[in-house]
Amino acid sequence: MTSLLEPPAAPAAPPRVGRLVDQFEKGLDAPICLTWELTYACNLSCVHCLSSSGKRDPRELTTEQCKSIIDELQRMQVFYVNIGGGEPTVRSDFWELVDYATEHQVGVKFSTNGVRIDEKVAARLAASDYVDVQISLDGATAEVNDAVRGPGSFAMAVRALENLSEAGFRDAKISVVVTRQNVDQLDEFKALADRYGATLRITRLRPSGRAVDVWDDLHPTHEQQRQLYEWLVAHGEGVLTGDSFFHLSAFGGSDGAGALPGLNLCGAGRVVCLIDPVGDVYACPFAIHDNFLAGSIVTDGGFASVWKNSELFRELREPQSAGACSSCSFFDSCRGGCMAAKFFTGLPMDGPDPECVQGHGQSALEADRTVPQSSVDHSRTGKRAERRTPAAPVPLTLLTKPPAKFCDENPLAGF
Amino acid sequence: MTAPGAIDVSPEKKSTDTFDPGATWRLHPQVALRPEPFGALLYHFGTRKLSFLKNTVIVDVVRSLGDHESVRAALRAHGVDETAERPYLHALRTLADSHMIVPA
Repeated sequence: MTSLLEPPAAPAAPPRVGRLVDQFEKGLDAPICLTWELTYACNLSCVHCLSSSGKRDPRELTTEQCKSIIDELQRMQVFYVNIGGGEPTVRSDFWELVDYATEHQVGVKFSTNGVRIDEKVAARLAASDYVDVQISLDGATAEVNDAVRGPGSFAMAVRALENLSEAGFRDAKISVVVTRQNVDQLDEFKALADRYGATLRITRLRPSGRAVDVWDDLHPTHEQQRQLYEWLVAHGEGVLTGDSFFHLSAFGGSDGAGALPGLNLCGAGRVVCLIDPVGDVYACPFAIHDNFLAGSIVTDGGFASVWKNSELFRELREPQSAGACSSCSFFDSCRGGCMAAKFFTGLPMDGPDPECVQGHGQSALEADRTVPQSSVDHSRTGKRAERRTPAAPVPLTLLTKPPAKFCDENPLAGF
Repeated sequence: MTAPGAIDVSPEKKSTDTFDPGATWRLHPQVALRPEPFGALLYHFGTRKLSFLKNTVIVDVVRSLGDHESVRAALRAHGVDETAERPYLHALRTLADSHMIVPA
């Protein structure tokens, strides 16, 4: 990102507006960008799917409903949407919606497992200036990837990358969720991206959706987090992170000198949000749960109305207290971590992040905790229904602490 | 939509030599400007880069660049005299580097 004219010159300077971060914390009249899951339908069933996708929801928005949302986004000058799912390309009107968005000054970046990116589609994508493609891959080898994303998914993703590269599509993204199993493959991921003229994008594993069941086994260990931090410091240039590793900044010391680039702000409900396939609006892509539901585009008067009037979003835009983290000298580095990560690991919202690099999260994880039950589940296998943790009441003390950080969809990702 | 693959992204920074405050510049046709209380957001649909303008004077200057015979003339028209122009020229040069503004 570039932030211009930070300190206006002394005498003729116009009134200062303060730090951008402070402005953003109070929320903007419209999101800078947002995530839009177009469908819960998916050909894969990744064990860590943050939207617990699989089956199409019968209430899925129609083509016309989607177009009217795009009209609203255009009016609000939302510059681009991150389209995901489920697997968005399985919607029969997917390309129609992509075209409609780009014709209405709403840029599109979509995430796919590659299932529909054949030679023809790759050529079509290469012909558009306004569409960015992100291929999901969670292992640099089939063995590591397919264990999480399912048999054949590595080959499918690589075929999509090959097709894009051969069609002349420049700068596709390879999107990797960093896990205990693939953290040693970062160099290999980078090499893979280089091979296809793509950019590597690595993000944090959130315990959201189906990942609530596997997070304990998949999330990087403390030693691996340091390894990841050091890799980012050494190789971060040219690698996108969606600002999702801000919680690692405390490795760099309490003076903030070792902070990773990014805005270090939780944008949930302030500058980003999520629209789900049935038109429900959530605070962020990692918070598909009733507790983070702001409203419905279908029944609450449209997106702009939800964005402006939602009680949840209004709360998120109020100053937040740091709670248990307020006395920590590293608070300015990590600002309490990620709201969704705490919630879905059953930790208090006004305490440390489960992956707090000072170790405060570890002791919290070892204490009694109850993982919240998913309230939105479209898994084909019904796996979530058999989860080992019994149904439990969700903690309702939402937002007594500072919302964490920017999430995957940080609008500043890559700047 | 333009030619296939014509995504105007250069991984390495373009040289700044080309920014001439004595010439006329304007917003790149693929750039959208969204006014905000703190200034404005700029988004380049071609490079997919986002920038922030952090005060309202620079916003007015950027919007009016094309109407003036030079960048300096645009600054003067918005009350920015020679003694105050440095940070503005720096900001505009940065915008030129990222192709947010282009020679008119």
